[in-house]
Amino acid sequence: MNILIFSLILLAGAYVAGLLGSLTGLGGGVVVIPLLTLVFHVDIRYAIGAALLASIANSSGAASAYIKEGITNVRLGMFLEIATTLGAVGGALIAVFTPTNTIAILFGVVLIFSALMTVRKKQEHTLQEGSRLSYVLKLNSSYPTPQGEVPYKLRNIGGGFSIMLLAGVLSGLLGIGSGALKVLAMDGAMKIPFKVSTTTSNFMIGVTAAASAVVYLQRGYIDPGIAFPVVLGVLGGAFTGARLLTIMNPKTLRYIFCVAISFVALEMIYNGLHHQF
Amino acid sequence: MKLIKTLTGDRDIALLVGQVLRTGVITASAIAFIGGVLYLAKHGADSLPDYSTFTGEGKEYTTFGGIFRGLASFKPSAVIQFGALILLATPILRVFFSLIGFAVEKDRMYVVITLMVLGIILFSMFGGLKV
Repeated sequence: MNILIFSLILLAGAYVAGLLGSLTGLGGGVVVIPLLTLVFHVDIRYAIGAALLASIANSSGAASAYIKEGITNVRLGMFLEIATTLGAVGGALIAVFTPTNTIAILFGVVLIFSALMTVRKKQEHTLQEGSRLSYVLKLNSSYPTPQGEVPYKLRNIGGGFSIMLLAGVLSGLLGIGSGALKVLAMDGAMKIPFKVSTTTSNFMIGVTAAASAVVYLQRGYIDPGIAFPVVLGVLGGAFTGARLLTIMNPKTLRYIFCVAISFVALEMIYNGLHHQF
Repeated sequence: MKLIKTLTGDRDIALLVGQVLRTGVITASAIAFIGGVLYLAKHGADSLPDYSTFTGEGKEYTTFGGIFRGLASFKPSAVIQFGALILLATPILRVFFSLIGFAVEKDRMYVVITLMVLGIILFSMFGGLKV
């Protein structure tokens, strides 16, 4: 295979990964890692470098739209980024001492968890009473709904902050946005409305990924020949996915994709256990 | 400066931040695309490097100096890598603009919080963590 053919196939594959990531809500970066390692037999370190770039591109592209709509809680995102960036730098440091097979196994586990998170039942909480810290940190806000602006308040900020630290570590270690864990911290622990959680999570992914990507770039994980088809493909796929989502509600599709992704994740775990990375 | 002075509300800053993100991604992907086309034109027929064993990139792709030197001689891979740099810079720039925003609002607590985030990222960049 020459470089041209490899690049074109990778571009098409990354496009599909971006599309899948967007329709399932998992994010394109997370889908591109198994594609690179299992299909193209690329070393997982190059895959992580390319996936981090794709996550930054995806997050930044989508976040600009959500900010415009006023759904993203920018103060909350900023505050929690202390945890995620700190975690991400830590994760990138631990990565040096972690065998690639362990990273692959961990990746599979996180991928299955993320798939489960996207298909679970969602509740729109809107708390009327927040914790003391939520007032001190000015985190309570409101967001637009078809019924008008709805105010909400937060609780358990310490718990949310801790989960964010973990999300940051996994993001730095595995090269993913770990959006599912970020949403769990906000929607599960802090009881923020689901829509605010997902958009604020998306807003934070770029900064979290950048914190570890600058380390990986210096370590030589980012290969230009892999990076450009992956970034362009994932962005294109995510763009198409966002378009499709406005005209259809892919509930059944989401289930099918999440099951499919779980099988991919199992293969990552299996290969990791058999030291194939 | 004039632009910043006219920004008063939370909303304007949020919109500016959104603009920064959008512009960054579009610029980065355009550069990566140009670099990609150049790369394929020059190396498309070459056989594929062995990506299954990790060797890491050389200094020409991992340092500012190396990437800019390559860029000056219009080396396709360096152009792609420059696009990657812009992409990395985008969220960092976003944090920087948020900092200005909170400063204009005189929200001292959030200026400190934003500075912390910026400090962590800068430490990650220049802290010699590459090992």
